[in-house]
Amino acid sequence: MTEILGVPVAVLSGQLMLGIINGSFYALLSLGLAVIFGLLKIINFAHGAMYMLGAMCTVLMFDVFGINYWVALFLAPVVVGCFGIVLEYFLLRRIAGQDHIYSLLLTFGIALILQGLLTNIYGVSGLRYSMPEMFRGGMNLGFMFLPYYRAWVIVAALLVCFGTWFMIEKTRLGSYLRAGTEDSQLMQGFGINVPLLISLTYGFGVMLAAFAGALAAPIYSVSPVMGSNILIVVFAVVVIGGMGSIAGAVITGLMMGVVEGFTKVFYPEGSAAVIFLVMVVVLLIRPSGLFGKEA
Amino acid sequence: MTITKKLLTSAVASAMLVGGAQAEISNDTVKIGYLADMSGTYRDLAGPNGLTALEMAISDFGGTVNGAKIEVVSADDRNSPDSSSSTVRRWVENEDVDMVAGLVASSVTIAVSNILEESNKLGIVSGSAASSITNEHCTPNHIHYVYDTYPLANGTASAVVKEGGETWFILTADYAFGHALENDVTRVVEENGGEVIQTVRHPFPTSDFSSFILQAQSSGADVVALANAGADTTNAITTAGEFGLTQSGQTLAALLLFLTDVHALGAQTAQGIQLTTGWYWDMNDETREWSDRFMEETGVRPTMVHAGIYSSTIQYLNAVKATGSDDSQTVRKQMMDTPINDMFAKNGIIREDGRMVHDMYLAEVKTPEESENEWDLYEIVRTIPGDEAYRPLSESKCKLVTQN
Amino acid sequence: MATTTTQTDIQQSIVKQQKAEQRKKLILNLVLLALLLLAPAVFYPVFLMKILCFALFAVALNLLLGYTGLLSFGHAAFLAAGSYTTGYLLSSFPGLTTEMGIVVGTVASLVLGLGFGLVAIRRQGIYFAMITLALAQLVYFFFVQAPFTGGEDGMHGVPRGYLLGMVDLNDNTAMYYFVLAVFLAGYLLVQRIVGSPFGQVLKAIKQNEPRAVSLGYNVDRYKLMAFVLSAGLAGLAGSVKTVVFQLASLNDAHWHMSGEVILMTLLGGTGTLLGPVVGAGFVVTLEYQLSQGPLGDWVDPILGAIFVLTVLAFRSGIVGEIQNFMRKNLS
Repeated sequence: MTEILGVPVAVLSGQLMLGIINGSFYALLSLGLAVIFGLLKIINFAHGAMYMLGAMCTVLMFDVFGINYWVALFLAPVVVGCFGIVLEYFLLRRIAGQDHIYSLLLTFGIALILQGLLTNIYGVSGLRYSMPEMFRGGMNLGFMFLPYYRAWVIVAALLVCFGTWFMIEKTRLGSYLRAGTEDSQLMQGFGINVPLLISLTYGFGVMLAAFAGALAAPIYSVSPVMGSNILIVVFAVVVIGGMGSIAGAVITGLMMGVVEGFTKVFYPEGSAAVIFLVMVVVLLIRPSGLFGKEA
Repeated sequence: MTITKKLLTSAVASAMLVGGAQAEISNDTVKIGYLADMSGTYRDLAGPNGLTALEMAISDFGGTVNGAKIEVVSADDRNSPDSSSSTVRRWVENEDVDMVAGLVASSVTIAVSNILEESNKLGIVSGSAASSITNEHCTPNHIHYVYDTYPLANGTASAVVKEGGETWFILTADYAFGHALENDVTRVVEENGGEVIQTVRHPFPTSDFSSFILQAQSSGADVVALANAGADTTNAITTAGEFGLTQSGQTLAALLLFLTDVHALGAQTAQGIQLTTGWYWDMNDETREWSDRFMEETGVRPTMVHAGIYSSTIQYLNAVKATGSDDSQTVRKQMMDTPINDMFAKNGIIREDGRMVHDMYLAEVKTPEESENEWDLYEIVRTIPGDEAYRPLSESKCKLVTQN
Repeated sequence: MATTTTQTDIQQSIVKQQKAEQRKKLILNLVLLALLLLAPAVFYPVFLMKILCFALFAVALNLLLGYTGLLSFGHAAFLAAGSYTTGYLLSSFPGLTTEMGIVVGTVASLVLGLGFGLVAIRRQGIYFAMITLALAQLVYFFFVQAPFTGGEDGMHGVPRGYLLGMVDLNDNTAMYYFVLAVFLAGYLLVQRIVGSPFGQVLKAIKQNEPRAVSLGYNVDRYKLMAFVLSAGLAGLAGSVKTVVFQLASLNDAHWHMSGEVILMTLLGGTGTLLGPVVGAGFVVTLEYQLSQGPLGDWVDPILGAIFVLTVLAFRSGIVGEIQNFMRKNLS
């Protein structure tokens, strides 16, 4: 068998595949963060909590109302998105125009509240959610066994990422958004309801996180604390990609998934730290990230 | 206030000198401090429900001991040794707490046991897994009651090797607890004629295990052992199921699983997994009777830690009653002299290093067909006698043992 | 003639006002000092020492955040570096006096701070925050891997030892006054720095960096100096904390700790000298009180609610709001 650095190529191809799957989650999450930061200049430290809410909603919708996976995959993000809009309207709006750090503190506080409340109600061991029937099993790719669900994750995540990018960069709504956040008074003058636009944008960014959460529900342990550690990894991804760059966040998300995947083979202990190492190196060479515009 | 207290204690001390070794309960109160993770990672295995177990023990005991009242204070350890040590220092120095119960995260337990040794109070550890607590970190002031990493590795690994699992792949959480489990498993596997062909250490915590499961599959090992805990273990088991690890003929062995973890996974995902436990709620009438009462209070079935907290508190109060004293050494000696026979343990013995040695159980998770309700999860396969399960004193590095 | 009189009058009244204000400040400081000196009679000393350690940590962060305008999201690395270095030295070399252990711990943090600073200092705003976070994560990884830290079990049984080889620090009262002295030294140092010409340049950088550059200041060097000083003070706080608690743990290095100290500083009031001290006292006390009572499992949501409230209603922090209130009522 052919080998690279003592590891069979088949194993590496498998890891590449898994890296892309993990990267899809990073891409979805960092995309939401990038939208919120790029358009609203809010450092959303509640993003991990929103991811968690998406997953919790999916599970609870099934447990309480018997809502199936497909409906929940749509409904959970909508519910969490609406919740995001409420948060924006009642809380975040009040600190618009202040230093970034206040948005960080405020959203961090919100995350603490959400995580703490749900922990007291549901505990930390995790909730049970079974895989939808049609995704049971998987296919043999020769170099690995790929569960159907993981394949679906890639497809779903990439579709949503592409759709988001298209909407923001190529449609009229997207151009309003970009313009509205750059010069809100001018847009207001054109008769566009900028505050509404901002609420919707925050709600949309949060929705992306919740979608990632709903997508994660069948394969990861769903608990109130699931979002707290993924948060800073996703922040790192956004920074490496260049804050505010939509395409950058998606591409970097996928890349970091792969980098992390290979680290898990060659130096597994370091797989949690490798993204931060990449981040330091990237920022030293390109101060505004891989895809960011030079300041 | 403190001066009067000091005067009082010295008066009591001189009275003791005059009247021989007459025992006393200080302040006419036995005060127990419950310190555990109430809000973080380890909340479910001890947490608020552990406090309920403790309170059940006190009320079952009658609420008083030799006429002295029994009081409880509790605190969240925040999984932080700093916070815990300031809490416990205040408990023992200003609030006359006699015994500290609960104790989960190993960093917290070690920090607290050092303070207890300094102030000569007693600690009964129910939640921690690290076997170092009664080995290199042992003190004359604490007892490790429920389980530790040594029998976990011992029970599961030797059983699995004997069933024909010869080659092993160990997936270890990259921290002290994981390393300890990994070493113990490796030793047991090799002693029984098996071989560890690969170990991989994953960062703590990890949410995606697919990469590691793939490595485990391509290793070709008979057995994939998980030397981790909590969410890491449940995530790894879920992923192993998804990638068809067991269908392709490999055996999955989890070294530390609590009932709450298995409950979260469900019988569908966890079925067939072998694990070692110190206690299970559905073993006999005694355990069922107590668990029913516990469930009435809390809404969930107790873990071995909850049962251990209840049992150790009763044993402690019995010892206080028998000696008429709440002095840590007097009580600890009494507890060591009295074999434990209750719903938690049969013929449990507290050794000089503070390890409570009792039978452990090898369990297998039931299939969904066998499982009658959401908490009907284990089939007890084998009882592992206590002195076979725990680290023998001859291997101990505890200062209390080597001195003798 | 008339105008000169008015001018001197105004000057005199300004001088008078300044003097009065200085006197007020002096009195306030003396009262606070007296309270700190007497506090152990009322409060539990170990608890007070914890507050002082975190207060020093927050004061260190404030030198950067409040006076230079740099948000470091990696200050836990310095706390832990000081903490582990001192813990390791005092445990492994019994002959070492306590203050030597603390000095070396502080130096270790200074050196680490220099490393961080050289990498991070050229980045601004959120990028600065993120690169310090990334570096701190790498340091955390190192502490998890390094055998001497004891991993998640932590480092335990660090001897408190003797100060200068004479004063027994195992006595809580002696320990308290030692910690108080270290804290005051750190606090006065920051006060001195802020009031010095160097501090004025830092404030100028915070207000308008391009202008500071155009005035001919080597902004990077000033920022680096501030960063290294701040790191050193954070390390000092960590070193002293290790001696107080006789342990060092991974909690000190975790990014939550970096977050917590930012919250303390903001809550008390950035850019005020006393703010971080009040903020640290408030957060530590609150966490402690909540974790004891029946609300034990509600600590996180309550802390979260307080942060939300602070941002929405008291953005200048506790001390900042009080100052604003006084200023309004005085003028």
